[in-house]
Amino acid sequence: MLKEWQPTCSKEALRIRAQVLADIRSFFLVRDVLEVETPLLGHGCGTDPQLDFFTTEYGCSPEEDRLFLQTSPEFAMKRLLASGSGSIYQICKAFRNGESGRFHNPEFTLLEWYRLGFTLSELMDEIEELLTILFKGHKHLCYPQRFSYEDIFLRHTGLNPLRFSYTDYCDYALRVGTPDAVTLCGYDHNLWLDFIFSHHIQSLLGQNAICMIYGYPASQSSLARINRRNSEIVDRVEVFINGIELGNGYYELTDAQEQSARFDREITCRQERKLPTVVKDKHLIAALEEGLPECSGMAIGLDRLLMLLTSNEKIDDVLNFPLSRA
Amino acid sequence: MASYSTNEFKSGLKVMLDNDPCAIIENEFVKPGKGQAFNRVKIRNLKTGRVIERTFKSGDSLESADVVDVAMQYLYSDGAFRHFMVPDTYEQYQCDEKTVADASKWLKDQDSCTVTLWNDSPLLVTPANFVELSIVETDPGVRGDTSGGGGKPATLETGAVVRVPLFVQLGEVIKVDTRTGEYISRVKE
Repeated sequence: MLKEWQPTCSKEALRIRAQVLADIRSFFLVRDVLEVETPLLGHGCGTDPQLDFFTTEYGCSPEEDRLFLQTSPEFAMKRLLASGSGSIYQICKAFRNGESGRFHNPEFTLLEWYRLGFTLSELMDEIEELLTILFKGHKHLCYPQRFSYEDIFLRHTGLNPLRFSYTDYCDYALRVGTPDAVTLCGYDHNLWLDFIFSHHIQSLLGQNAICMIYGYPASQSSLARINRRNSEIVDRVEVFINGIELGNGYYELTDAQEQSARFDREITCRQERKLPTVVKDKHLIAALEEGLPECSGMAIGLDRLLMLLTSNEKIDDVLNFPLSRA
Repeated sequence: MASYSTNEFKSGLKVMLDNDPCAIIENEFVKPGKGQAFNRVKIRNLKTGRVIERTFKSGDSLESADVVDVAMQYLYSDGAFRHFMVPDTYEQYQCDEKTVADASKWLKDQDSCTVTLWNDSPLLVTPANFVELSIVETDPGVRGDTSGGGGKPATLETGAVVRVPLFVQLGEVIKVDTRTGEYISRVKE
């Protein structure tokens, strides 16, 4: 029986974590990607209405007393890119309030990297290379798969994710035994997409293989760029193995005006939903105005990666002290 | 009335859903990449016993249900109702057969059990995990048999029928696990 003071992960999990960190560092070292550190505690934070942040009081200054624990190092890393850092990577902690469960701990470890001049498909090649190296000696992986969001949606549901049809979506929900989706999602197309993807598609992706889904609907753009040939989709990729979502990447948006407008929309959405307020990161906008070089960037949750490498079912099994013991 | 948000949902929590009192069995946090977070929840309807799955948007809430488990003593049956008493307060409750349901076959006068009350009326009766009851009917045992093997059916004083080892005799008192209906051991008096 484990005592409360003891770690929830095995010694083996500690060892494999250390190995993974060493492998990642040597992967980027030979590719000449610079390791960086950015602040975990900052004056600004992401505006994404789906991400809840931790705030803390700063005792020194009477004016700016509210500081944020970062939900991702993205903004600070983009400021480095705009300042001429070249390709960079970071392994750091990120904090997301209220996220707790089998695959979530409010404090978790991210690997985030940015590659100058890479297109989304070049980034996808590199994700495959990195994951293949990290899995070697732990788990056998089959040949990697790539599907567009539209194809995978159509294949598993028969629905078109880019055209919302209330009746088709409702019929589907009733047919597959999730009638609660009808009242929950109503006429909110994005909510339908999130519901159907997380309930009926995600678990089927990447059986013992790296599965990448690209070309997300423009309504789920986040910080990705609109596709050059098809304005209905964005150049965004998500990676799955055994139905577990490992990470998210973009061909990065470099347009300061467009980015500023997206922040404004998210801030409005936060106000409508009566979520905690946050101001848009003026340093990031200023950096984009100066010019972010063309680049693609990716973030991978290392704790979930470790779950896969060690065949563990819960994130707590790979963390030494999950929140309940921290 | 208090309400609970999805992040407070945990096993055993009693909430109101579709106007019925329910108990939460399992709560899984599901979050697609950059999208809406959901809580996929397994819930038992305490009136019907049925288990359903329901998805909520994270942050949604449900009203709490005034459901409490109270340790009571089973007193007697008057034919139509069974009567229970809270030992500390002598407060009495009566339950119809539908409420007692499967628990009835384990209830012996004076035994303790758990009565689940919803808005102070009985909703569910749960017998103790282990009960000791005497055998009122079973085939004679085979001499020399000391262990399980096949076993034989035995009818208990409350009407329940359980499988017992061949050596267990008519009139003996046995210990039974009410959750599985399995024989545990003989009870030496």
